[in-house]
Amino acid sequence: MSFARLGAALCVAASFAAPAFAQSEINKPECVAPANPGGGFDLTCRIAQTGLTPHVSEPIQVTFLPGGIGAVAYNQFNTTRTDDGSAIVAFSTGSLLNIVTGKYGEFTEKDVRWVGTAGADFGAVVVRADSKYQDLKQLMDDFSADPASVVVGAGGSVGSQDWMKGALLLREAGASPTDMRYVAFDGGGDAIAALLGGSIEVYTGDVGEMVPHIEAGQMRILAVMSPERLDAPFADIPTAIEEGYNVEWTILRGFYMGGDVSDEDYQKWVDAFKAAYATEEFAQVQKEKGLLPLNMAGDELQASIEERVQRLRDIATEAGLIN
Amino acid sequence: METVLTGLATGFSVALDPFNLFLVLAGCFAGTLIGALPGLGPINGVAILLPIAYGLGFSPESALILLAGIYYGAEYGGRISSILLNVPGDAGAVMTTLDGNPMARAGEAGRALSLSAVASFVGGTFAVILLSLFAPVLAAFAVTFSPADYVALMVFAFASLASLVGKSTVKTLLGATIGLMLATIGIDANTGVPRYTFGIPDFLAGIDFLIVVVGLFGMAELLTLVEHQVSGKLNSLPVDKSFVRLADLAKCKWAIARASVIGFFIGVLPGTGASVASAVAYGTEKRISDTEKTFGTGDPRGLVAPEAANNAAAGGAMVPMLTLGIPGSGTTAILLGALLMFNIQPGPTLFSQRPEVAWGLVASMYIGNVALLVINLPLVGLFARMLTIPQHYLTPLIAILAFIGIYTIVGNPHDLFLITLLGIFGWFLRKLDFSLAPVILGFVLGSLFENNLRRALSISGGDWGYLIADYKSVTLYVLAALIVIAPIWLARRARLMEGDNPLDQG
Repeated sequence: MSFARLGAALCVAASFAAPAFAQSEINKPECVAPANPGGGFDLTCRIAQTGLTPHVSEPIQVTFLPGGIGAVAYNQFNTTRTDDGSAIVAFSTGSLLNIVTGKYGEFTEKDVRWVGTAGADFGAVVVRADSKYQDLKQLMDDFSADPASVVVGAGGSVGSQDWMKGALLLREAGASPTDMRYVAFDGGGDAIAALLGGSIEVYTGDVGEMVPHIEAGQMRILAVMSPERLDAPFADIPTAIEEGYNVEWTILRGFYMGGDVSDEDYQKWVDAFKAAYATEEFAQVQKEKGLLPLNMAGDELQASIEERVQRLRDIATEAGLIN
Repeated sequence: METVLTGLATGFSVALDPFNLFLVLAGCFAGTLIGALPGLGPINGVAILLPIAYGLGFSPESALILLAGIYYGAEYGGRISSILLNVPGDAGAVMTTLDGNPMARAGEAGRALSLSAVASFVGGTFAVILLSLFAPVLAAFAVTFSPADYVALMVFAFASLASLVGKSTVKTLLGATIGLMLATIGIDANTGVPRYTFGIPDFLAGIDFLIVVVGLFGMAELLTLVEHQVSGKLNSLPVDKSFVRLADLAKCKWAIARASVIGFFIGVLPGTGASVASAVAYGTEKRISDTEKTFGTGDPRGLVAPEAANNAAAGGAMVPMLTLGIPGSGTTAILLGALLMFNIQPGPTLFSQRPEVAWGLVASMYIGNVALLVINLPLVGLFARMLTIPQHYLTPLIAILAFIGIYTIVGNPHDLFLITLLGIFGWFLRKLDFSLAPVILGFVLGSLFENNLRRALSISGGDWGYLIADYKSVTLYVLAALIVIAPIWLARRARLMEGDNPLDQG
């Protein structure tokens, strides 16, 4: 064997071996945001686009498939694009809740393959800076005494994530969620306007959207609904659990694929996610887009989703949303 | 004042950077075209170009300047197809059809286009000036607008639009009811229950306003054109070289001024935007100055009012977005999303933390308004010549553009079926002598009215007294009463002055 041939063989071997620890070969990778550009799902896809790019063979395209609060995309990936190995679709805990409450039709969480997460956000109990509520306990005491005495509002409808956060607080205070005086606004922005204007007293929002408002000092976060304390700028804010109330609301953001995607294609994406999670860059992208790390891919995520959906189903049943 | 001047200085230094200046002009030009195409409005223009601006790696201020240029460019452009084709180019341009299209049919397309360009310029510039001077104060006022106040505002809007009642009161009311019913489709925000969705997931989020506008107005107009063509009733229009005259401006100056103020303030409110603004401005103007019953037949004042208002509203919607991080309209919601995508936290600290972005955007709006006037006036002749394209080419072309436009936004065939169905429905309504404006207004105002009324009652725990508990709502109810009574009283007084005894006629 000549050196030339040995060299060529080595080159071939190297070119086979290289992708295994560097990049996943995915043909025309696509991230579907099931909403209009500029929303939360768009951001979720941008995290995949920026964060995964070094780990897949081609740049990821972001496409939009709005309609029916994500239901149109969920139906499409359960009917016509069930085996599309190139596309991942963004989801959030809100999508899981929609599955639970039947808003996505006949399809359940078992009909798609959950691939990886983009990160997490957490619920926050927010009041205006001059509110009489200085801490969560005062609010919870009022909820126990007379649930209807407090006007709660947020950007989602009754039965949405935002409503659930309030419902969980009331349940913990020993009141019935159906007694909550809940005002549904058209998006978080309108709800924040109503809080600042004094129309509502408590806003059950998300931690991520509060970053710019914390510094401005117009609003105060009574508690965050995360399992543990968050980093700055939220380091000083207690969790509800710390305050003695067992209320937690994690907004998981991630991606799913069609149910008939081959194990091989699925694994390529899972590998890309796992490779990205190990890097400092991915953590940076998460932070820039206002998310906190909560990294799970493949079987770990699949198991976590099943557990989360079960928990949501229990809460929704208890709150009277489903039978 | 000093912070405003230094801010503006910073802003202009950003906006006058050659590349950014090019983007303002490019955005305005693209926006005009996007607005002019039926089916594509500011929301879609911004939504379509946002991923592109992001992909090209523009700096945040450049991207925002481009997107904002498209936003108010589209508000300008929306009037073009409203006037020429009686097909609203976007949601804020529905009212522009009412007097704009009759002017074009009377051979004055050039005059209508140029006059409305001037009105748009005044409305837009007025809004930017107020935005740069008083944004924080205005935003602080806007958030105090409670759901109860929005209910009062909607009552005022309905009152001002009572003037729209056409030949038949019953048909107007029926039309408004159809609009109200269409608005109830989708998940009910207050209870989370899907209404009239028939198990179709595409209906869960309701019907988009644009779908209703393009379907009911656009498609119905096209069907009517085809029908006229088949029956040979179609008259070709002469090439017209008319242009805005000083006398027009003198006649319309108060209409433009009033509409700019109304449009701006409705735009500043987070819950209402250009479509409500133009409707209220038109209704109010008709109530105040339509003494000779010329509105609806090509009165220039009925053209300038909605145009000044929708551009003022576009500027007004920037106020809560820039100062509070709260979107004042659907389009500013996307602009906010764009900021996030560029890792800029929108919100109360934007002006102090990223002055180049905030003030750069404001300065680009000054430049953009001038640019739009400069782009639009010379092109009036060109646009007006569109009417000389034979109808058998023009009609299918508009239909294709509308279908492509709608499909680009969502990529969902469901919407194409919907505009076709709504078009056929609208054509039947027109055959039955219904006016379509009440349907659209019922659709817009109805959902705002319903949602805010229910919000107000959830806040008060069912106490209706809450609706009149604040000076703002009371003021609006008084104004609503005035706008209904004043024209009747004025007419009566005019008759008295002429020596008629009104009792004789009773």
